[in-house]
Amino acid sequence: MLSRVAESLYWMSRYLERVEHTARLVDANVVLALDQAPAFAEQRWARLLASLHAIPPEGPIGARSMTDALTFDRSNKASIITSLGAARDNARQVREQISSEMWEQINRLFLQVSQIGIDDIWNMQPHAFFRDVKEGAHLFQGLTDATMNQGEGWHFMELGRFIERASATVALLDAQFAHYNTAEDGVERPQAMNQYLDWVGFLKSRTAFEAYCQVYTADLQPERIAEFLLLNPEFPHSLRFAAGRINSALQAIMRVTASRRSGQAERLAGRLRATLEYAQIDEILSDDIQAYLADMQEQCAQIHRTIHEVYFAPPLAAVLN
Amino acid sequence: MFSRYQLDGAYDEMFQPDGVPRTHYQPLYQRLLGLPPDELARREQAAELSFLQQGITFTVYGREEGTERIIPHDLLPRIITGTEWATIERGLAQRITALNLFLKDIYHDGRCLAAGILPRELIYTCRHFRREMRGVNVPRDIYISVVGTDLIRLPDGRFAVLEDNLRVPSGVSYMLANRQVMRHVFPLMFRNYGVRPIDHYGQALLQTLRALAPSQRPNPTIVLLTPGVFNSAYYEHTFLARQMGIELVEGRDLLVHDQVVYMRTTAGLQRVDVIYRRVDDDFLDPLAFRADSTLGVAGLFNAYRAGNVALANAIGTGVADDKALYAYVPAIIRYFLDEEPILPNVETFLLTDEKQRQYVLEHLDELVVKAVGESGGYGMLIGPHSTRAEQAEFRARIIQQPRNYIAQPTLALSRAPCFIDGQIEPRHIDLRPYILYGGEAKLIPGGLTRVALTRGSLVVNSSQGGGSKDTWVVDP
Repeated sequence: MLSRVAESLYWMSRYLERVEHTARLVDANVVLALDQAPAFAEQRWARLLASLHAIPPEGPIGARSMTDALTFDRSNKASIITSLGAARDNARQVREQISSEMWEQINRLFLQVSQIGIDDIWNMQPHAFFRDVKEGAHLFQGLTDATMNQGEGWHFMELGRFIERASATVALLDAQFAHYNTAEDGVERPQAMNQYLDWVGFLKSRTAFEAYCQVYTADLQPERIAEFLLLNPEFPHSLRFAAGRINSALQAIMRVTASRRSGQAERLAGRLRATLEYAQIDEILSDDIQAYLADMQEQCAQIHRTIHEVYFAPPLAAVLN
Repeated sequence: MFSRYQLDGAYDEMFQPDGVPRTHYQPLYQRLLGLPPDELARREQAAELSFLQQGITFTVYGREEGTERIIPHDLLPRIITGTEWATIERGLAQRITALNLFLKDIYHDGRCLAAGILPRELIYTCRHFRREMRGVNVPRDIYISVVGTDLIRLPDGRFAVLEDNLRVPSGVSYMLANRQVMRHVFPLMFRNYGVRPIDHYGQALLQTLRALAPSQRPNPTIVLLTPGVFNSAYYEHTFLARQMGIELVEGRDLLVHDQVVYMRTTAGLQRVDVIYRRVDDDFLDPLAFRADSTLGVAGLFNAYRAGNVALANAIGTGVADDKALYAYVPAIIRYFLDEEPILPNVETFLLTDEKQRQYVLEHLDELVVKAVGESGGYGMLIGPHSTRAEQAEFRARIIQQPRNYIAQPTLALSRAPCFIDGQIEPRHIDLRPYILYGGEAKLIPGGLTRVALTRGSLVVNSSQGGGSKDTWVVDP
């Protein structure tokens, strides 16, 4: 497979995962803001921005301005429309590689979002809009699995999707725990209603609330939440789950590209997967959890860099001999 | 349904001058009369939807938003008899064979120049003549693998050649897409008519390309080189790559090392043997041609000269479709094949000739003036439809650079019935058959019939608001 094609498939998939993630995050926060004191809401928006590595918009932080900035602002790199446009551009580059159904779906979703603005959704039902966006992304994923050959290209899409997901989960946990750890001194923690809602919102923004309750009941404990999102082997948005899928995708790619260099990325992913499989949440929490999360983030970044170097843009000296 | 259909001096594809349908159009005519009035409109909608969903689009240059458009499509097929087709087939095979020999001669011995068949200056002043190709041997002496030649029908019913496209002719995907849609829209008529199939084009093209591969490479890697997503024919490039099952590459996917071309894949470098390039000569190799090109591959020309990669079409073929050279093609056929041309040319005035130029300048309001190196209907003056200011502008340009222009009489292109706003009306059409040349010319029965959708217009180019229709070659 052409390196350029593999790279486009990878990024198309990554951007689409980002679209879904951002839509869910904004949606959960808009809903939550209705129940919470404004000061709390403001703090949470700030955390959300941090987890998306986004720059705060100018002016006061409010639900409407934040929703606009993270959804329709084309100059904002973290907005849904920016990611969706990038996903579509990548899809257009590889139109002959993906099925027509996939192309039509991503094109339709892009047109749908690009034709409206904050005024159209804000006074009506923002929730319905975000649901459409999430469903649009899910439909694309379903079409991908149903209509595309599950060969090398499909595996690169899997890679993009799960690397994006892994790093989003880690970033979200990082922002949440940074806040939680500074707020804890001398204060009773989740008892306060605001705090409780905060954790609910946090789980919901990862579609994890119901799944968490099934495993641990509705008793929300930060330790358990961290364990669930980091180490649960079955929850599709957990870090461990993503690491497993990254690893299998790289193994599948390695089988068809048979070059000694392709072992590099697989080794890193395999190590991440194994670390997570044998990790204990108590150990992680007794140490510095933020240092741990930073390390996880770095490992994801390193896997990405290695994929780039091995498959997308290998240095000429490496491929010529 | 035919109430708005009026005959005039131009040849009509469907009706004889006395208003009786021609024999081969009878079944279609009867079928149309038998359809309920809104049935055609319903089928047109179905056809349009089909185009839309498949995203069969082209790009119009020079406009901002909405540059991606569906090519307008007309519902009624254009029908050519097997007998007429046989003449076209022989005529184009003859023409392409001669032009291929001519190209080899121009870039090697120059015998036809020495024999005075055409003036040397004509070649050396041609923008598409590539000095770099002198003495370069191309695989199997095949310069033009893929050709699209534009034909028109003269008032007396004969076909004549309007121009040759020997560089990177496009439009073949529309021919195939038209057919696909028409089969859904008129299934019954297809069966009754016995329309000759065209769906093997992808396979035939692949064979033509494979024939260019170096013989010591039994499983050659063939790729299609596209300028990228912003090119007007990008849809066609993706379509053809998919039909042939070959990689669609851009310049940045390729690299040259030790005069061998490779593509960058996830498994490392893979050698490339044949490139079906849809990039113009100028942009192929920044080291050999335009240095500012980012679409090409540095070092490609050297690899080509070393015989390590084949290009289709070869570099420098544009010299043979120069519109001024066109006037000499009949002489070229006589010289290289010792045969009379089967398909006639259209009368052409060369503006470098003092007398002819004088005549043209005096009759600008009657003639069509074309820039020699342009295509796609750009840079044209259609005398009868032009303003005084436009004529004055072309007059100045001709006097300044006579070599850059030719003139032809304004021809009444033949007309065919088209379905327009719920009625059937006549529109002017031409015909672009596609020829594959792999040592022997192979024609796909049919081609792209282009339609000037504006009433009375003579410009059929898709970039100028033209459309297309399916072309049926039927027996006998």
